Amino acid sequence: MYETVMSDSMNPSTSSDYPTNVGPDNNVSSLGGGDTAAPTVPTTISISGLNFFYGAFQGLKNINLEIREKKVTAFIGPSGCGKSTLLRTLNRMYDLYPGQRAEGQIMYGGRNILEPGQDVNMLRAKIGMVFQKPTPFPMSVYENIAFGVRLYENLPKGEMDERVEWALNKAALWNEVKDKLNKSGLSLSGGQQQRLCIARGVAVKPDVLLLDEPTSALDPISTAKIEELISELKEDYTITIVTHNMQQAARCSDYTAYMYLGELVEFGETDHIFMNPGKKETQDYITGRFG
Amino acid sequence: MPGVHSSKQYDLDLEAIRSKVLLMGGLVESQFHDSITCFRTGDIARAEQVIKGDEAVNKLEVSLDDTCSHLIVRRQPTANDLRTVMATVKVITDLERIGDEATKIARAAKSIQERGASTINHYETVRVIASSAGDMLHDALDAFARLDEKHATRLIAQDQLIDHEFRSIMRNLITFMMEDPRTISAALDTLWVAKAIERIGDHAKNIAEYVIFVVEGKDIRHTDYAATKLDNPA
Repeated sequence: MYETVMSDSMNPSTSSDYPTNVGPDNNVSSLGGGDTAAPTVPTTISISGLNFFYGAFQGLKNINLEIREKKVTAFIGPSGCGKSTLLRTLNRMYDLYPGQRAEGQIMYGGRNILEPGQDVNMLRAKIGMVFQKPTPFPMSVYENIAFGVRLYENLPKGEMDERVEWALNKAALWNEVKDKLNKSGLSLSGGQQQRLCIARGVAVKPDVLLLDEPTSALDPISTAKIEELISELKEDYTITIVTHNMQQAARCSDYTAYMYLGELVEFGETDHIFMNPGKKETQDYITGRFG
Repeated sequence: MPGVHSSKQYDLDLEAIRSKVLLMGGLVESQFHDSITCFRTGDIARAEQVIKGDEAVNKLEVSLDDTCSHLIVRRQPTANDLRTVMATVKVITDLERIGDEATKIARAAKSIQERGASTINHYETVRVIASSAGDMLHDALDAFARLDEKHATRLIAQDQLIDHEFRSIMRNLITFMMEDPRTISAALDTLWVAKAIERIGDHAKNIAEYVIFVVEGKDIRHTDYAATKLDNPA
């Protein structure tokens, strides 16, 4: 049912601690706690025994989860359940804030990214993030893309132009901005800004894209365009998405994780979760019941 | 049982659909019962009432389908709510078909009565199968109302008895027709009635299968689910 596809995306010219492809021989274990997903799909990120703390408060409790390669995994749950917290552990964004710490294991590229000594900048290039509110840099459209690429690669102008065009094409934005690459990224519409942020993330050749409520601030048409983009991007990238919109999770994702009060209640294929969930708590949440 | 929905109107919408389906179920049960009665008694006036009464069944089908569509577009139901709405749409279709079969029985009753004296005891030929199908329909609607999957599983197995009874009736009627060609018209009328009753049994079985779908999330149509489940009740 699932293909094990090796990524054939262009490799960055600089050396990297992290491989750009994740092969099918990654350890895929079937988990307890309601994991009904097919065990044969390769894993990009493997989370086990993950606990997260905001000071004394425990935000994540013993999370065990596999993020499947080149699939979209959605995280749903009520506010405060730990969805965004979990997302931010995957590329160590929490490092930016004192008093926050993670314990356990997040295996990516054959190593536990929570261990000290990790190159977190390279990690965040390989596992890119897009936030709820579009965050274009106060630079031109071109520079928004080129800025990140320059941190990791030394490309001549011609190749940089190609990379910028490639990234904007990937984000389905090229045709709309090709004649105004020198205009400020802030001059674009909300939907275009968000696609610019996705292009910026894609430009540095990630393996994974973390999307934290990427369409919450957008109108329905922009939302539809982003969702269409997600279905195209998953051919090349592993994607995780946090969303409050359950219909979006049902439309866009291959796997869905339901979280509540810091715990992973149920994880499985999206069709299964939305048609016949294993846990009553999951069913109550997705049907809007609190019994 | 599910908890209270965060939108009370959603619960009211679901309950309204449920009530209307049970109303439709009660109506087609009456139609079937009345059609067998006039087949027994030769009451033409009653037969015409059954035929006319099919209009109300058809109107309920259209109205309920519309209500279900509106619920889907407004609420985007998921999980058990979605299965309930999908099953309801299918149950509505089966109920409407049962109504049609009852109408066929009423028309046959009218036709036999208008033809006059017959050499076949029409009613006695179908008495047993009519009783079995009536019980099965009643129980299927009851299982749907209470979402009783155990009862539904037992009902699915009972349809085989009705099919067996129909084949037996057909053999008997063929014997009559071969022995005396003057009985052919009356025998064929009775055969179509028996067939209509057998079809009602099939529709009742379908309703029982939808109960399994709603409760367990399994689509067991075209499988030996009932036989397997009853052999291995664990």
